[in-house]
Amino acid sequence: MPHKIVSKRRLSEDVFTAEIEARLVAQARKPGQFVIVSLNNEYGERIPLTIADAEPKRGTIRLIWQRVGKTTAELADMQAGDEIANVTGPLGKPTHVENFGTVVCVGGGIGNAPLLPIAKALKKAGNKIISILGARNKELIILEDEFAAICDELIITTDDGSYGRKALVTEPLEEVCRRDNKPDQVVAIGPAIMMKFCCEVTKKFNIPTQVSLNTIMVDGTGMCGGCRVEIDGQAKFVCVDSPEFDGHKVNFDLMIKRLNAYKDQEQEAYEQYNEHRCKIGLDKRNAE
Amino acid sequence: MTDKERQELLQRLLEKQKDGGLKPADRYEIPPQDMPEQDPVERARNVNEVATGYTETHARLEALRCLQCKTAPCIKGCPVKIKIQDFIAAVSEGDFKKALTIIKENSLLPAVCGRVCPQEVQCQQTCTVGLKFKDPTKAVSIGRLERFVADLDQEEIIPTVAPNTGMKVAIIGSGPGGIVAAADTRRAGHDVTLFEAFHKTGGVLVYGIPEFRLPKSIVQKEIDVLTKMGVKIVCNFVVGRTRTIEQLMKEDGFDAVYIGVGAGLPRFMGIEGESLVGVYSANEYLTRANLMKAYDFGSGADTPIARSQKVAVTGGGNVAMDSARTAVRLGAEKVYLVYRRTEKEMPARIEEVHHAKQEGVEFHILQSPKRVIGDENSHVTAIECLKYRLGEPDESGRRRPIPIEGSEFQIDVDTVIIAIGNIANPLIRQTTPGLEFNKWGNIVVDENCKTSLEGVYAGGDIVSGAATVILAMGQGRIAASAMNKYLAEKSDCNKPC
Ligand code: FES
Repeated sequence: MPHKIVSKRRLSEDVFTAEIEARLVAQARKPGQFVIVSLNNEYGERIPLTIADAEPKRGTIRLIWQRVGKTTAELADMQAGDEIANVTGPLGKPTHVENFGTVVCVGGGIGNAPLLPIAKALKKAGNKIISILGARNKELIILEDEFAAICDELIITTDDGSYGRKALVTEPLEEVCRRDNKPDQVVAIGPAIMMKFCCEVTKKFNIPTQVSLNTIMVDGTGMCGGCRVEIDGQAKFVCVDSPEFDGHKVNFDLMIKRLNAYKDQEQEAYEQYNEHRCKIGLDKRNAE
Repeated sequence: MTDKERQELLQRLLEKQKDGGLKPADRYEIPPQDMPEQDPVERARNVNEVATGYTETHARLEALRCLQCKTAPCIKGCPVKIKIQDFIAAVSEGDFKKALTIIKENSLLPAVCGRVCPQEVQCQQTCTVGLKFKDPTKAVSIGRLERFVADLDQEEIIPTVAPNTGMKVAIIGSGPGGIVAAADTRRAGHDVTLFEAFHKTGGVLVYGIPEFRLPKSIVQKEIDVLTKMGVKIVCNFVVGRTRTIEQLMKEDGFDAVYIGVGAGLPRFMGIEGESLVGVYSANEYLTRANLMKAYDFGSGADTPIARSQKVAVTGGGNVAMDSARTAVRLGAEKVYLVYRRTEKEMPARIEEVHHAKQEGVEFHILQSPKRVIGDENSHVTAIECLKYRLGEPDESGRRRPIPIEGSEFQIDVDTVIIAIGNIANPLIRQTTPGLEFNKWGNIVVDENCKTSLEGVYAGGDIVSGAATVILAMGQGRIAASAMNKYLAEKSDCNKPC
């Protein structure tokens, strides 16, 4: 059943958001869950995308994605009114939400998208929320206003200092951890390398840290094992056992390697697609 | 035997039969008809079906080999009790339509079963002809005949559907069991919806069994029949996530549910290096290659798969053979099949083992990986194996493999495919309170495939662990008839008295 794109917007150079019709997903979805999307029934690849928000009444969900390969680029070229062939979900276990006390939410780049619904739910559960949002530059900081609306404290960092503090997220994170009233919980979502370093920081302070892993997936229901990661030396399936894990137990190095398993092929497919879109003039259409 | 010789032989036999019948001795003399196949070198480079199918002459000759035993030992070996000797008699007479009608009384998907059933351990195992030659491969080729008859079936027969009962049935999973359960409950006049988690229907028949063994078009034909019967199909629907069984029954108005979600999570070996880049479960490898058509990557398909030079597959079942043969077709130079016991103990069908060898798969028996070795980029470079010997038989009756200490050695590979089975998927368990499971996580059912929840039935791998396609179909049928009975009673109760 195809899913209509209700609206679509560009958030930064390579980050896009769209509201799409997916009634059942919108009703069932909880913070922390994702969908698997494919654009073509015969030949499309299946990619996991975060559900950033949902409107159960309208029957829509909001997706946010970064253009990194063929399918995400193709999706970025679609417009309101176009249809997405397949949307499956919600998948993964919902985030465990309770009143921990003070929670630091660390978001890196596109990681702000899955982080937002979790931060909202944590706020609703009575937590004090300190958010640290980081990106390479100002352009790439997304959802700042939405976070500002729910946070007790908001810290922004950029690698180049074009906005907020010129630092990596780990710097303010370490400072917050050093405070007298040490945070009770940290949630870190972003590139694997960022989550890895955040966990190294929080481990020093012994603060429980939840991370949300974005591995390669096929089915998203536990059937293939392609999404497996090593947790405490044991293989776990991201799509069934979480996406969230105790960050102090994740083998991030291996996960990063697995994420790059098809790098060459993905690059080829992306280049092929770019050539194709030049030929048919899609690049111009999207620039408007 | 040339085609001409075959035709002449058939003529002679038919005349003899007219003149007073064929004696068993005459029938024993008819040579078993081999299945025509694509040349091994040729087919290793394409994904088309390996076995190209009997001609009419093949089929009638093969059918004449049947002794028409009164006791029909073959039927006892058939999980769905097809009237085998009757359909074979019809084939020998050349009345293929009649043959198909007989098969269809008991089996819904003969084109599928004729291809993937392990006949050598079912109907053909007890065949008198095979026993006479003390060679199961010389038994009457019941499966090939079934396939021949089914493939001739061009005009789709759409089963008649009883008038609407007003009862709603949810079938979860569109694999072999689900297809049968959907057809049988729809025939009884219920409003049936078939839910599938993937974007395509067919379950293991489309993601697991490769095109070269079971063309997707054959499965699609069966699905089309369901649609024409009025079964509603909903893809991308993960029961337990999109909706729970409780929601389906309490909020969405379904009166009965059949759970046929299949095997679930792939089993890994628990050895070092199993998460390195280049290690796949057979499920993942086959799904990428089959369902997602990774063999067309770069010329249409978007799903990548490893570009392997040297592949090791561990396991000895049909799935292991399918994986190895898929790797051959994807262009691997060397494909090794590593198995702890000997060929005799392999659960795979003899035919599949034979095909794999013909296509160049190298068998490493009495060996098993101890760890997977990778380079600095976490890419697989080799497996370290231990050698084994066979000890006393274990509970399964097969001789137990015992590792030989200090026998470690390495095989250089860049890809490893683990094909050692599945464990139950916990999703339904986590989301269906009140449903009873056994200690392995499989759903507990009674002899009617009824679960501990009222109106909920289950069958296939989620119940039996690892079953065959035909067993799943059999259970789908049993469950459907129990559901039909349950719904008839339920609607009687609902009627104002
Ligand atoms: S994506 Fe296949 S098991 Fe998780």
